[in-house]
Amino acid sequence: MALRQPPLYDLHADRATFTDFGGWEMPVEFDSIRTEHAAVRESVGIFDVSHMGEVVVDGPDATELMQRLLTADMASLDPGDAQYAAITDEAGIIHDDTIAYRLPDDGDPRYLFVPNAGHDEEAYGRWVDRREEWGLDCEVRNETDAWAMVAVQGPDAPDAVADATTVDPADLGRNEIAAGAVDGVESWIARTGYTGEDGVEILCPPEDAAAVWSAFEGCQPCGLGSRDTLRTEMGFLLSGQDFDPDAEPRTPYEAGIGWAVDLDTGFVGRDALAEAAETGPEEAFVGLKLRERGIARHGHDITVDGEVVGHVTSGTMSPTLGEPIALGYVPTSLSEPGTQVEVVVRGDGKRAEVASTPFIRDK
Amino acid sequence: MFETPDDRKYRESHEYATTDGETVTVGISDFAQDELGDVVFVELPAAGDELTQGEEFGVIESIKAVSDLYAPVSGTVSEVNEALFDQPELVNESPYGEGWMLKLDGVDDADFEALLTAEEYSEQTE
Repeated sequence: MALRQPPLYDLHADRATFTDFGGWEMPVEFDSIRTEHAAVRESVGIFDVSHMGEVVVDGPDATELMQRLLTADMASLDPGDAQYAAITDEAGIIHDDTIAYRLPDDGDPRYLFVPNAGHDEEAYGRWVDRREEWGLDCEVRNETDAWAMVAVQGPDAPDAVADATTVDPADLGRNEIAAGAVDGVESWIARTGYTGEDGVEILCPPEDAAAVWSAFEGCQPCGLGSRDTLRTEMGFLLSGQDFDPDAEPRTPYEAGIGWAVDLDTGFVGRDALAEAAETGPEEAFVGLKLRERGIARHGHDITVDGEVVGHVTSGTMSPTLGEPIALGYVPTSLSEPGTQVEVVVRGDGKRAEVASTPFIRDK
Repeated sequence: MFETPDDRKYRESHEYATTDGETVTVGISDFAQDELGDVVFVELPAAGDELTQGEEFGVIESIKAVSDLYAPVSGTVSEVNEALFDQPELVNESPYGEGWMLKLDGVDDADFEALLTAEEYSEQTE
């Protein structure tokens, strides 16, 4: 199947290298991952994240449908608020994670949520099927092709945004969204992101994406390579890698996002998760620091005394720390920071230590 | 474009070999380091190890990828560039200079001659 190209593809074509990400041909690197990573940690970088999905839900029962399909308490959101949540099945297994925005409205409630790349059709189908099953009165639209998305991230992002848009980030709290204009292009501007830094994500029509991108000329263009090192340093989950309903079935408690579960709401998977919360997870998602030379990668075994106890789901060299870091699952009894383990890299056990996340806590 | 100096020969898998008449120095090409991106780790054999042309002799990892390294010629490792263990980025900064990987003794001239010329290798990477 042909890869979907983001609306900014032509703009990036002669500057970036590309990769297949969730069925999209996305820029992975512009200058170097190290340069791009440092820009986001120290000043400001801009990402094309148009591969992310957009599903819009509105109508009288929109809140009810959102509440019953996401783990967090959607009913508590005021217009203009956003919330991170998981989409779980009846067994409480995470199928996707998402940011759900309650958009400002002048009538019925209206939501926009952002499934991961390549998950938009699945999410849309789930929402429509459940709406039918439960007889709810709301509209669900997969608007993935109707939106481009760029993320401006880093300590200098608020200044960059204030210069380029009609929305002053200072007026926007963390996890808030507002309508505004970027270089005259009407957009949604949200104070969210997935790098651990301050910044915004901007949703705009695809035909105007180049104008929006160009409004942030002073920002370092960043690809998905640095996005991955940035989120790994924060201990943030990557869909399809750190959790996956088939290859890595995990509950939100195992995956370390139990804080995004509200058992007082009635969502799909709620009963299974109430039980899981009672017994506590057997395995935990932890950070790891290698104490020997080597890089832990997805799939590497974690061992204690030669016995396999878990595995790595993400791993890289941390550009900020200059040391190899990883994320993975171990038995809860081994999840305490400082616990000594080994990671098997190409047959060799490398000394490693369980570490708390984010790895860059002082940021 | 990428530098492909003609004072050395190349393997299709992007390693180069250059000789001073006695010792052969091995590394990876400018094209290869660019493809890999930021190099963060190299695993190399030890001095005294015997390499056979075409066999894996080590591993190079960048932030985004892991690649095997293949011996461009057979020979005995006489020296390893240990600077790369602490500064793997030298491979990016100076693949033909400070970013060299191994020095080999006892290399057969025929092995060396069988490698691609700079021109032939350039055609492959265009």
